[in-house]
Amino acid sequence: MADYTTDELMIVNAARKLGALAAADKRQCFVGIGLPSTAANLARRLYPIEPVLIYESGCIDTKPTRLPLSIGDGELAETSDAVVSVPEIFAYWLQAGRIDIGFLSGAQLDKYANINSTVIGSYESPKTRLPGAGGAPEIAASAGAVMVIMRQSARAFVDRCDFRTSIGYGDGKGDRERFGLRGGGPKWVITDLAMMEPDPDTCELVVVALHPNVTREQVVGATGWDVRFADDLATTDEPTDVELGTLRTLQAA
Amino acid sequence: MITTLKEAVAEHVHDGDTLALEGFTHLIPHAAGHEIIRQGRRNLHLIRMTPDLVYDQLIGSGCVAKLTFSWGGNPGVGSLQRFRDAVENEWPHALEIEEHSHAGMATRYAAGAAGLPFGVLRGYIGTDLPKHTSTIKTVECPFTGEVLAAVPAINPDVGIIHAQRADRAGNVQIWGLLGVQKEAVLASTRSIITVEEIVDELPQVPGAIVLPSWVLSAVCHVPNGAHPSFAMGFSVRDNAFYKAWDAISKDRDAFTSWIDKHVMGTANFSEYCESVGI
Repeated sequence: MADYTTDELMIVNAARKLGALAAADKRQCFVGIGLPSTAANLARRLYPIEPVLIYESGCIDTKPTRLPLSIGDGELAETSDAVVSVPEIFAYWLQAGRIDIGFLSGAQLDKYANINSTVIGSYESPKTRLPGAGGAPEIAASAGAVMVIMRQSARAFVDRCDFRTSIGYGDGKGDRERFGLRGGGPKWVITDLAMMEPDPDTCELVVVALHPNVTREQVVGATGWDVRFADDLATTDEPTDVELGTLRTLQAA
Repeated sequence: MITTLKEAVAEHVHDGDTLALEGFTHLIPHAAGHEIIRQGRRNLHLIRMTPDLVYDQLIGSGCVAKLTFSWGGNPGVGSLQRFRDAVENEWPHALEIEEHSHAGMATRYAAGAAGLPFGVLRGYIGTDLPKHTSTIKTVECPFTGEVLAAVPAINPDVGIIHAQRADRAGNVQIWGLLGVQKEAVLASTRSIITVEEIVDELPQVPGAIVLPSWVLSAVCHVPNGAHPSFAMGFSVRDNAFYKAWDAISKDRDAFTSWIDKHVMGTANFSEYCESVGI
């Protein structure tokens, strides 16, 4: 088995999940830039039933030959089945419920899978001013389900986000229903250490699998809340040579 | 109608104006931003979904009092350093911000273009944005009773965009990623359009839209005027420049020297292009 980085492990596991969802006819994926875009483009290359990639710049079913740096690289528009305006992509496609999977990342994630991409510290005098919401709040609200990919650390995985940019489960079970949100919310959180899913009873994120050679102690140390582990805790499969080779070719293109 | 960018900015952009320079990754009107810096406009309220390098340069140059936006980063690279410095440290002076989501901003522009006072969307619910942004409220649907987010129309004094081409009468043709440019222009009182080329007759292009000359104020011939953004059919995004901007903009002195040399030290965009070697 080839050596691999923890980032590669994380990206490969996210691509596997997207591949499995596409095979189950959950194909339409609204993709954020960075780690989500890398994983989504890897999934397109690995599986016979490809996810349909949709970017907020208005690109529908885009098939880029190389990874875009931004959500609006020309490559995305040139390889799209359709290009629509920004008001249209959010209103007719996302808000109207035509997206199966919203694929997001962020700076902070809390135990109820709320995401912060706005500020670290207080809003009025922030310690770190982050880029802000972009498309994320409505992706988190309206996509059929949400997948989150983020590097795990105690600074990033917090008990409560400094700012709630995009809602996961709010303050716990029942909040999404109370808010009248149509989308299903975060179902999978994929990190460089583990895979998490919301507990069906409480909606709190629980570790359901560890990556190879990762210990529970490492995950506890990299989580800012008293994190729980599933009874049937699994271990993810080692990345295959095909997965790693395809990812590296994609990143080198 | 067809004029120089220098004259268009002098005539249509005034201190204290509300401006929207739009372009969603594609067709960002950088040349127009530079001309506004050159002419020393101050106290501007800038509106833009993705502030990008063009607003980083305007903010760092001290032109801006307020920013209304939804995502202020350098796409795929990281932070907008001048924007951050203004918010975190009030350099070169304090910057008031009004923060939305992309869906909210798109709805606001569409309402502005349609002559409506506000727009509705399913948005912002459960987030902290409404606590800090007074222009996010709710409205009850009179037909179903559903509670929806309501956001006020955006109606800038001046809408500024870059496009592929115009004809000699000033009709403007745009294709590729259309972003929110049509809405921004139609929502604005005045508008300035920079174009890659001016032709006798606009050829048919699949998926292209045309903004007729009678809804525009000025059309200016500025080849490559979106750089480091791009114009589909004419140029590709200069990703290397976006990456290089991080180091230029991180340091106040490096930024100021860059602006002094390449923007203030040049008379127009073609001199700027020579100056930065593109």
